[in-house]
Amino acid sequence: MWDYTEQVMDHFRHPRNVGLIRDPDGVGEVGSLACGDALKLMFKLDENGRIADVKFQTFGCASAIASSSALTEMIKGMTLEEAEQVTNKEIAEFLGGLPDQKMHCSVMGKEALDAAIEYYRSGGKTTQHELEGKIICTCFGVTEKEIERAIQDNGLRTVDDVTNYTKAGGGCGGCQPEIQDILDRIYGQGKPEVETPESKPKRLTNIEKIRLIQETFDREIRPLLRKDGGDVELVDIDGERVLVSLRGSCANCRVAQFTLRDVVQAKLQEFVSPELMVEEVS
Amino acid sequence: MTQVYLDNNATTMTAPEVVESMKPFWSQWYGNASSMHSFGGQVKNAIDEGRNHVATLLGAKPEDIVFTSGGSESNNLAIRGTLDALDGSKRHLVTTRVEHPAVLSVFRFLAKRGYRITELPVHADGMLDIDALNQSLTPDTALVSIMWANNETGVVFPLKEITQIVKNRGAVFHVDAVQAAGKIPINMDSIPIDLLSISSHKFHGPKGIGALYVRKGTKLIPQIIGGHHEANRRAGTENVPGIVGIGKAAELALDHFSHETDNVAVLRDRLERGIMENCKDVLVNGTNRLPNTSNVSFRFVEGESILMLLDELGISASSGSACASGSLQPSHVLRAMGVPFTSAHGSIRYSLSRYTTKEEIDFVIQHMPPIIDRLRELSPFVER
Repeated sequence: MWDYTEQVMDHFRHPRNVGLIRDPDGVGEVGSLACGDALKLMFKLDENGRIADVKFQTFGCASAIASSSALTEMIKGMTLEEAEQVTNKEIAEFLGGLPDQKMHCSVMGKEALDAAIEYYRSGGKTTQHELEGKIICTCFGVTEKEIERAIQDNGLRTVDDVTNYTKAGGGCGGCQPEIQDILDRIYGQGKPEVETPESKPKRLTNIEKIRLIQETFDREIRPLLRKDGGDVELVDIDGERVLVSLRGSCANCRVAQFTLRDVVQAKLQEFVSPELMVEEVS
Repeated sequence: MTQVYLDNNATTMTAPEVVESMKPFWSQWYGNASSMHSFGGQVKNAIDEGRNHVATLLGAKPEDIVFTSGGSESNNLAIRGTLDALDGSKRHLVTTRVEHPAVLSVFRFLAKRGYRITELPVHADGMLDIDALNQSLTPDTALVSIMWANNETGVVFPLKEITQIVKNRGAVFHVDAVQAAGKIPINMDSIPIDLLSISSHKFHGPKGIGALYVRKGTKLIPQIIGGHHEANRRAGTENVPGIVGIGKAAELALDHFSHETDNVAVLRDRLERGIMENCKDVLVNGTNRLPNTSNVSFRFVEGESILMLLDELGISASSGSACASGSLQPSHVLRAMGVPFTSAHGSIRYSLSRYTTKEEIDFVIQHMPPIIDRLRELSPFVER
């Protein structure tokens, strides 16, 4: 049983500002059914540019519902500049704290708010927060930027902390070394690495590529391997190199190298890009 | 407040008769069965009697029963004790993707020690893929461990068929029967399983006591050493109240098998029907199940939220959602069955017992629809 505060239980039992706004100024959506929690946040501004009305819909556990409800109460009456300054930590504090493993619920609130503000400023272009930078956790689609911000806003020190706050590393666990690298970099140098402008134009195609590779894994490759009691997991994508890890009966299988070349690589080349090369990592 | 306990696959109420049977063995008959005096001798008789009852429940001989601290220890002893006893030339192990963590974790630990592991898939209805089992077994296969019934869905595997396949290929066969024992009949005399784990608190016995059935001739290296107890298979002064308790619980379970099918399964079916008739977008996970287990998915809502609203009404159940477990992924069992994420996150397990009443079931049926409606009101995925 989770040790939820009275405030969390109150906002869970009696969530404030549930629903939709007709003709909203800002709409933000984060999460998905697959992730296990999702939030849709909408607001309407008054003539002075302050948030006059805000509503939400949440799919998720008690702390996800409570975090969403708390956020709406917090930002009502704020200007967007003020609302922008609200951190996930403040959402958690408003609720008297959240269990460590549930901190990602407060982060989700913050992300939905950012997405809604972005929607307003871009003139309604997108309700989803644009993914910035490299995706670190492919299981939950968490980017380097999001991880860095969670680390800095909350003073996170360990990979477990990062998983609790962002979910990154909580699926297959393949990205945990990279999360450690980010932590090392931030605490080693005292400030995060600045992304170079040159890396930006490639960004979108990379995300598309990752998505395509994942789809090919799920649709074409894994069902084939599973027939023989084996499995393969996508560990990382580095340029044209696709790093994978063999599981089940594939692990330690003597013909695994052939499986990699003739099945995994062949399918990826067929469905994604002929340049892709598959490598096994343990 | 009412208390409706529908989490009997997690643990059960210790039957009053069991508690009563254990009472003399705390402060009255507290002797050590190994002692050379008649005060300890009385205790030895009680242990023998407990062993007889457990053996009878399993259709086994008393000397085949090794008492342990519970299901996890039984599983560890069976798997690691067997591999320690073999010469190490066979390096392949087979289990299923839907095992309890007490088996899966041991296998994953052994994978790091250089064993090759096959985790067998299941079909969408939760049934084991028998073809995959057939194909997985090789002359290199040392041990196979497959559960009798699944703790999350209650799906019962066809153990007769499975045992025949495994034994024909010469591997040692262990069965985790923690959820099956005491709920459905088990007769070790007619099924050549080598090792079988059971746990007392899953069938109205006390916690902290379980047993491993070890077929005569099965080589086993003890995992706890330091004494000759349990015929040199598990050291440690016997948990006498526990052994008396599991014995009494086994005796009661044997008397209640017909009640399980005539009464518990009827209530379970009533619950499912009631839910299906009153809530939309619901599906039942698994087929051919234990009489007491129902795993139901409510689409577009999240399990932990359902549990918490049930809890406020005094109803105890469990969920395969990611949030409820504290992990970030939904139940490995439902994922192995290919249950869509939309349903896995909203799965609720109701597990009944012989003490569950019709009034309790009707109470749950009555309160389920408003809970689901209320959460769907909040959900951004429901079309309105």
